[in-house]
Amino acid sequence: MAEPITLSLTVNGESRTLSVHPFARLLDLLREDLRLMGTKEGCGEGECGACSVLVNGQVVNSCLVPAVQVQGAEVVTVEGLAQGESLSSLQAAFLTYNGAQCGFCTPGMLVAATDLLRRCPTPDDGAIRDGLAGNLCRCTGYSKILDAVHAAAGEGEAAR
Amino acid sequence: MIGASSIRKEGRAKVLGTACYTDDKLVPGALHGVTIRSQVPRGILRGIHFGEGIPWAEVTIVTAADIPGQNRVASVVHDQPFLVGIGEEITHMEQPVVLLAHPNRLLAERARNAVRLEVEELPAVLDIDASLELRPLIYGTANLLKEIRIAKGDPESVWATAAHVIEGEYRTGAQEQMYLEPNAMVASVERTDGVAHVTVWGSLQCPYYVHSALKQLFGLPAEQVRVVAMEMGGAFGGKEDYPSVNGGHAALLSWKAGLPVKLIYDREEDLACTTKRHPSRTRLRTAFDAEGHLLALTADFVLDGGAYATMSPVVLSRGAIHAAGVYRCPHVRIHARAAATNTPPPGAFRGFGAPQSLFALERHMDICAVKLGLDPVTLRRRNFLHTGDTMATGQIIREDLDLDGIMDRALAELGYHDKKAAHTVLNQEDSPLKRGVGFAVFMHGCGFTGGGEAYLASVAGVEGCPDGTVAVLAASTEMGQGKNTVFAQIVAETLKVPVEQVETAEVDTDRVPNSGPTVASRSTMMVGRILQDAASAFRQSLIQQGFLTEPYTPESFREAVRRAVAAHGSLRSYGQYHRPPNIQWDDATYQGDAYPTFSWACYAADVTVDLDTFEVKVEDFAAVQEVGRVVNPMLAEGQVEGGVAQGIGWGLWEEVTTRQGRMINNQMTNYIIPTSADLPRMKVVFLENPHPAGPGGAKGLGELPMDGPAPALVNALANALGPLRLDEVPMTPDRLLERCEEVTHG
Ligand code: FES
Ligand code: FES
Repeated sequence: MAEPITLSLTVNGESRTLSVHPFARLLDLLREDLRLMGTKEGCGEGECGACSVLVNGQVVNSCLVPAVQVQGAEVVTVEGLAQGESLSSLQAAFLTYNGAQCGFCTPGMLVAATDLLRRCPTPDDGAIRDGLAGNLCRCTGYSKILDAVHAAAGEGEAAR
Repeated sequence: MIGASSIRKEGRAKVLGTACYTDDKLVPGALHGVTIRSQVPRGILRGIHFGEGIPWAEVTIVTAADIPGQNRVASVVHDQPFLVGIGEEITHMEQPVVLLAHPNRLLAERARNAVRLEVEELPAVLDIDASLELRPLIYGTANLLKEIRIAKGDPESVWATAAHVIEGEYRTGAQEQMYLEPNAMVASVERTDGVAHVTVWGSLQCPYYVHSALKQLFGLPAEQVRVVAMEMGGAFGGKEDYPSVNGGHAALLSWKAGLPVKLIYDREEDLACTTKRHPSRTRLRTAFDAEGHLLALTADFVLDGGAYATMSPVVLSRGAIHAAGVYRCPHVRIHARAAATNTPPPGAFRGFGAPQSLFALERHMDICAVKLGLDPVTLRRRNFLHTGDTMATGQIIREDLDLDGIMDRALAELGYHDKKAAHTVLNQEDSPLKRGVGFAVFMHGCGFTGGGEAYLASVAGVEGCPDGTVAVLAASTEMGQGKNTVFAQIVAETLKVPVEQVETAEVDTDRVPNSGPTVASRSTMMVGRILQDAASAFRQSLIQQGFLTEPYTPESFREAVRRAVAAHGSLRSYGQYHRPPNIQWDDATYQGDAYPTFSWACYAADVTVDLDTFEVKVEDFAAVQEVGRVVNPMLAEGQVEGGVAQGIGWGLWEEVTTRQGRMINNQMTNYIIPTSADLPRMKVVFLENPHPAGPGGAKGLGELPMDGPAPALVNALANALGPLRLDEVPMTPDRLLERCEEVTHG
């Protein structure tokens, strides 16, 4: 078996140093090594977006990113979106507008929507659809997700 | 409470990312399980060979020989083995043969690749036609997993004299549920003083199905088996019957290893091996008089049932009963068969046979309208069922039914008539873009078919908690549809307390009674009704025992529960399903009340077809339904929007491509489900008509939205493109191109 490697990175604002299998994916590092179980695996091949996280502010599919690549990076997962007990505007809007049904796409969807609102604070339907096209949802038909993103945008999510 | 858009109960955990799905469960010391499967569609297993380079002594190995009880999955028919044994018949690709587990996931994976199966191949049956022609015989005496006949009047008396007799053949493809969370199970077997206790935690819709399967697999009494439903990342029927199989596998590995086992499928394995929607072929023959009144209808409805019966008998039953649709017809014959093939068995998927037969009929009605020189609205209007009419099984419509109103509302929401006129003008232009509108009118039976609910005799209850809140006790599972919230609303309304005072108990067979499977659009209407009774009894007993006096405030109710629980240690009330006396069903003749009631709908679509790329864009979609009273409008809209999205996918894009019966596009990359960029905003309308059988007047909703989109879309394509052979879904760009070429090349 291959020798483990040592990595240092920041996850949800906390600096972490850990030793991981050299072929581990960022998704494995998060779920298995850090036990951050919010990030999900829906396909393992970059298609569904359930594993979306932010790496240095960019949305990535963590199932496609080798853990070795996040050396020194800042990673934000769904667990990093709320401030303590208080939900982010997007999380609150997903709750109010039924944007999460089974909830399995939700962590990735929230991460991608957070990034979208940062880039584009008041998106129209088309911009949201394009912005979230890499995140599959099988439950909602997306309408309630659009409603939630609009509502959060109205509350100035981007200002945060 | 009923009628309010209460916030999803488990929603907070879902947006925080703390909701615990099966693979999120921390299981110290768990082994990782993998499955070795056949790579031929049919044959006799002659040997299992374990290759070199693997420390086999460290690997837990389970074969059929290790099974302590019966090697048969408990289901409608006990015909499917958990694992194929040596000398036994392999009946489909990807059939489970050997199970392995190891503490190291990567090593388990390597070990899987080192096992070789020695199989003597036999000729296989891979489609409906070969199965019905017995080329060769593979199942029973006629390759039939189930056969059903429904008869009303005598169609033979009509054909010769009718003004018009119109025939058609329609096909629908398999469809993958594509729940975002692949199938996942955790199992643990503990032995204390030689007594084994088997526990399975999993992503599963029907805890008591898995419970029965485990009892039979291990030959254990009920109290030594426990099943817990974890948070579920979608199911849509795909976790109705299959969890009995993979739950059994996980438990077998744990039984042998003496350690807990995680058996988590990746997407490719899930798609290649687990159940899908049954492919279908429907032949229809209809007779009309000169004015377009439907005089007779015969349907020859065939499902590809795969290698084992699984849910096919009941899927077939629902499909057969829905085959005559929403029309009044004096003479009906329905012949329904589920044909056995050497393919991985299909199973439950939202709609459960009805989308298949309704696609055929609603497409056929449009074709008939053209042949009769009527517009599709008029033809349907002339033939709709009304209150007092009799359906194919002899069921009399007792509720107020206004299909004209439902249809007119859907057409108005879409702007059907104006759009149709405008599109006709536009389509004259020399442009590759053609527009069309279409619609379908349909119903979905609420709850189990026929005597199913009486047979289940479901039980559900409520329990007082020490803090004064009330817990709902039911084995119904939350898969995103909103069961936790809707049940809480129904109980809260009955108890006259805020919904915050009602929570759902964990779905654990050690704690909750068998409220039946979470399927068949039955939870809200059937289980909800039982909960209403249980909650009434609960309040009554608080009053009778002097803990509560009416009128009361939410706070005094909470206090009463607190004191009652403190005094008695626990306080529970249960309710049970009782067949209403006016509901009769005869399974031998398929006559009677097939369902206690139906939900009714009309869906309408507006599409653009690009004749350069053959891509279809759904521009607009209206979904109008009558589902009794709506318990939670926000959740109900979500159900409709999600169901329509799946229906659009099935109608236009989702093609399961197979080789030797095995899905070969078993990746999200090449099996295409709708993304946010592919769908329009939908207009969702509920026309309320409270039904006395449901809690607060509610009927079933979950599956209905799957039935309408495919025929509405293909009818819209026909409106856009004229007389093409549009008789099949999915109508992918490739298939549409083919159909256009049929016309140009004659
Ligand atoms: S799991 Fe990473 S994109 Fe699907
Ligand atoms: S909520 Fe289930 S996949 Fe999106």
